[in-house]
Amino acid sequence: MTPSLLYALTGAGLIALGLYGFVTRSHLIRRVLAFNVIGSGVFLVFGALGHEGGITDPVPQALIITGIVVALSLTAFAAAMIARYAEDGGGGLDPDAEDAG
Amino acid sequence: MSPLDTLIIAPLAFALASLGMGRRGAWLIVIAAPVMIALAVWLCAQVWAAPVGHSVGGWAPPLGIAIRADGLSAAFMLATAVAAGLIGLFALDEFAPPKDGETARSHTFWPLLYLLWAAVNAIFASADLFNLYVALELLTIAAVALAGFGALKAALRYFMVALLGSLSYLLGAVLIYAAYGTLDMGLLAQRAEADLPTLLAAGFITAGLIAKTALFPLHGWLPPAHGSAPAPASALLSALVVKASFFILLRFWFDAMPGISGPELAHLLGALGAAAVIYGSVQAIRQTELKPLVAYSTVAQLGYLFLVFPLAGAADEAAPWAAGAWSGGVLHALSHLFAKAAMFLAAGLMLRAAATKTIGGLEGLARAMPVTVFAFAVSAVSLMALPPSGGFMAKYLLLTSALAAGAWIYAAVMIAGGLLAAVYLFRPLARAFAGKETPVIVPTPRWLAAIPLALALLASALGLASAGPYAFIQAGAPLAAEEGLK
Repeated sequence: MTPSLLYALTGAGLIALGLYGFVTRSHLIRRVLAFNVIGSGVFLVFGALGHEGGITDPVPQALIITGIVVALSLTAFAAAMIARYAEDGGGGLDPDAEDAG
Repeated sequence: MSPLDTLIIAPLAFALASLGMGRRGAWLIVIAAPVMIALAVWLCAQVWAAPVGHSVGGWAPPLGIAIRADGLSAAFMLATAVAAGLIGLFALDEFAPPKDGETARSHTFWPLLYLLWAAVNAIFASADLFNLYVALELLTIAAVALAGFGALKAALRYFMVALLGSLSYLLGAVLIYAAYGTLDMGLLAQRAEADLPTLLAAGFITAGLIAKTALFPLHGWLPPAHGSAPAPASALLSALVVKASFFILLRFWFDAMPGISGPELAHLLGALGAAAVIYGSVQAIRQTELKPLVAYSTVAQLGYLFLVFPLAGAADEAAPWAAGAWSGGVLHALSHLFAKAAMFLAAGLMLRAAATKTIGGLEGLARAMPVTVFAFAVSAVSLMALPPSGGFMAKYLLLTSALAAGAWIYAAVMIAGGLLAAVYLFRPLARAFAGKETPVIVPTPRWLAAIPLALALLASALGLASAGPYAFIQAGAPLAAEEGLK
């Protein structure tokens, strides 16, 4: 097993874990965390696929950095919105649990 | 500097300026709307001669990023400039700072409007899958924040779906880069083959985008988000935001990957579209409040757009009707853009005047505010696809191509969808004309009532003068738009 394959498989594992968390938990903060886990997995896959035979392709690295910035801004925005939702007395941070109750 | 770059840079500059100008930031729209419309007209004039485009910073793809505009891009940019400009002017009534101080909303609406504008124009101009991802995320932030003006809970639900959709799209783009070493659509069109990794990547991209376009069964977030926002925000979300992700789908399948979609995939998208038409219409009929009704109508109308894929791409042999399907789909998107913007703005004025949310509370409004109710009716004519309207021309093109293709089921769905639209749109109109008394309302300023009317008449004009737009969107259209997907 080459190192890049190992990275790619780890990335795929992270995507699966994150997706599982995103789908099974409706708690908003958990979902934002799951989004970040999936995102890290995608970036890891991207980095691994751009590294073949000892030569590193610079394009994926540039795109990953851009992607991380985008993911960071989305996370910050989501965190701000969730905080506002909680302050406004929107109830729990788990919309599904609220609907059920 | 070409109008193509300026159409993306100018709204970003307006966003910064509106932040910096504080209380006076709202009035910037009076300058921004004509400037953006003039730029878009200039771009259209250029594209009419020949499609334009260049590599940003002089770096050629695959390393650099190409932006370009053909008839399709330019038509959407012009429609966006007119619709967003008019919606912005309409919003002066709601989001200009009041005399006795200012509100958070009168500050935040304007930068968000311009950010959204920049993001959709970037999407229309991008020929690179990763650049599209960045623009899509910029659009998500602006759209979710605007949805949050209504109900935070609905906006958060929209956000969560949008986040997952973006990741799915990004994963697809990553796999495409790994397979072909480029994200440029022009290069992909030459290189793409219908093998397993490509289909997997295309599947991820398509799934992500249909979640953002609110195609049935991933539509659940749309009605609460679009139905609870203030009228100008709803109009922006329903007219522009969902069109942008559909635009990427159209680009992806027809420009970048014309050779790889099999009939199965095309029919899957078509079946979901058909289900959306029926389900969205039935749900719209069941609503008792006006804005959710209009929002469910968006779910139904978006369904028609996805009929383009099977009609233009599910045949084994040459498909002479594909051109009609593609053009019909594009015209439908454009006329829905105007009609739905008009309808949400008119609905907002009607609900405010009647101080109600329900359809029952609209009784007699046609006598109290005839211009606004007329605007609602004209936009309804386009959504019902009755002549003369852009909706009629679009549906006519789609229907003739469905009949030529022998796709009876899709033809039947389109006809049923038109009838169901008549049912759900007739209800609020019938209430507005019902009764004998004229309700006493706070009068709407004339300029304000004229805006939804202008948008609704534009939707009609697309039908009356459809030859011009029809010819224009063919400028630089991909071969697949004419001959069908393989």
